[in-house]
Amino acid sequence: MRALDVIEGRVSVLDRADVDTDQIIPKQFLKRVERTGFGEFLFYDWIRDGEIELEPNPILVTGRNFGSGSSREHAPWALEDFGFEAIVAPSFADIFYVNCTKIGLLPVILDEAHCKQVAEAGEARIDVDDQTVTSAAGVFEFDIELDVKYRLLNGLDDIGITLENAGAIDAFEASGAADLGPQTTALS
Amino acid sequence: MPQTMFDKLWEAHEVTDGLIYVDLHLVHEVTSPQAFDGLRLSGRGVRRPDKTLATADHNTPTDGTMAARLIADQLSRVQVETLERNCEEFGIPIYSLGSDRQGIVHVIGPELGVTQPGMTIVCGDSHTSTHGAFGSLAFGIGTSEVEHVLATQCMVQKRPKTMRISYSGQLGEGVTPKDLILATIGRLGTGGMVGHAVEYAGPAIEELSMPGRMTICNMTIEGGGRAGMIAPDDTTFEWVRGREAAPEDFDAAVERWRQLPTDDGATFDQEVEIDAGSLSPMVTWGTTPGMVVEVADAVPDPDSMESPSDRESAERALAYMALQPGTPMTEIPLDRVFIGSCTNSRIEDLREAAAAVEGRKVAPSVHGMVVPGSQQVKKTAEAEGLDEVFRSAGFEWREAGCSMCLGMNPDILMEGERCASTSNRNFEGRQGKGGRTHLVSPKMAAAAAVEGHFVDIRDWS
Repeated sequence: MRALDVIEGRVSVLDRADVDTDQIIPKQFLKRVERTGFGEFLFYDWIRDGEIELEPNPILVTGRNFGSGSSREHAPWALEDFGFEAIVAPSFADIFYVNCTKIGLLPVILDEAHCKQVAEAGEARIDVDDQTVTSAAGVFEFDIELDVKYRLLNGLDDIGITLENAGAIDAFEASGAADLGPQTTALS
Repeated sequence: MPQTMFDKLWEAHEVTDGLIYVDLHLVHEVTSPQAFDGLRLSGRGVRRPDKTLATADHNTPTDGTMAARLIADQLSRVQVETLERNCEEFGIPIYSLGSDRQGIVHVIGPELGVTQPGMTIVCGDSHTSTHGAFGSLAFGIGTSEVEHVLATQCMVQKRPKTMRISYSGQLGEGVTPKDLILATIGRLGTGGMVGHAVEYAGPAIEELSMPGRMTICNMTIEGGGRAGMIAPDDTTFEWVRGREAAPEDFDAAVERWRQLPTDDGATFDQEVEIDAGSLSPMVTWGTTPGMVVEVADAVPDPDSMESPSDRESAERALAYMALQPGTPMTEIPLDRVFIGSCTNSRIEDLREAAAAVEGRKVAPSVHGMVVPGSQQVKKTAEAEGLDEVFRSAGFEWREAGCSMCLGMNPDILMEGERCASTSNRNFEGRQGKGGRTHLVSPKMAAAAAVEGHFVDIRDWS
């Protein structure tokens, strides 16, 4: 994962609430076993039907509950592959938000009025370290979990970090706390 | 200090701050290939294949194709074959096509008894919340997290807030768990549970069978909830007893499981109360599960909505659904009926639907399809003669899989077709581009198939 520091540039706007991951990347494209190349299928039906137009700018501003529905990480993959580096919205679905942070696509929560102002400004600068979105409309602060921010700023792989704690996992297993569940390998 | 069930589950699995041990990792073909690739690229293995179980469900044809190599759709075939190869390479048990244990991942877990109270369960699928019905903590995750769990048997997780929804009274005749959860989402909104682990409680929940509880927990994600759960009780224990993966010392396990329910006096971040007796059979009218009304109501008028963004969403939804405000829900004509999905494809669901259609015929204008949730459900249904009931009513009786819930296999709606579906999502294009989905209970779907339009199951005989 590449490190994120400052994301700066033009803003694309998708002024809709409850945009679900089925719209972001429709099911027929989930059959691919690769991780790349999903960008051309982003919002496939909406774009092909002429319902929306989207420029591949660094920043996308959109409506509340963005990324609801299916846990498909193909949705953040498609947004990132299309060219977005940050998504700004009043709220995100939980799994989608986590999926974004795992691949280095920055989810930014601003209240609805500020989202609208950034959309109208047309250009913005997002500073991950300062936790600010700066545009002609002003400087807006956003919240992000400290450990998530640390990972994003340093482009760190979650698995690598966890494996530094392998001793704690070994100890947990050795304590017997992990022995209560079933053994799938024992199934006939 | 009194604890919630969630607190107990969380603390019993916290390896270090925010690192949660996973007791069972369920894997399917769609969200796993890139995770296995990631392991190979970084030279990592699967830490606990013995706590991992795979099946093929999302892509699988339901027309009787019996092996991955015979799937006609090349991309689907490659995906299922990739899963089979990955499981072989990493030593993960798999029930693929052709196995008599294959089925929807959220149906086979409970069926085999690998889903048990007190566990943490994850799967690269948002409907993993289903397993919370057993008093377990179950999360849907993305592919990066799938890779993380494969490599470490743990997940990095921010501690969610807690919410309890208490249902007083009891469900009326003809009102099902599906209606209860649809009504709840309608009330709280599709973002109403975001950031929360939700416990469903109260007398109306305690009365439910395990399949009913699974239907409710299953749709937690449609309300935005991180996890849904129900306290384990004798109903839960009796379900697990005797299943292949049930604990050997069952009494000791039950003793342990009895400690799980929320303590008296424990506090939740949010509490909601709903009178189950006031609920009706529900039908969705729009393009999110929260766009739902009672069957006796009419399509709502966006002009009556206060928030401009709700109004705009409703207008777009009605345009997509080709519905006029004020149309009674019972006058909406249907082209298709789908009975299946991880929400409503268990044997009890099929029994209820079969009871409604027995001796009747599917309306000539309707194409009806029944897709059992697993090979075992199919076998049981056939032993009970349910397949014959459905077939002689004019339904198609299919093989197990996710099928037309999301249409990754050939089971899809054609442009403009309108479907009564027992599945969980009525998103635009979910069941096929331009398809129009109305979510309902199995009984309501079956009755709608017979009449060719929705009916209030309470008045229908």
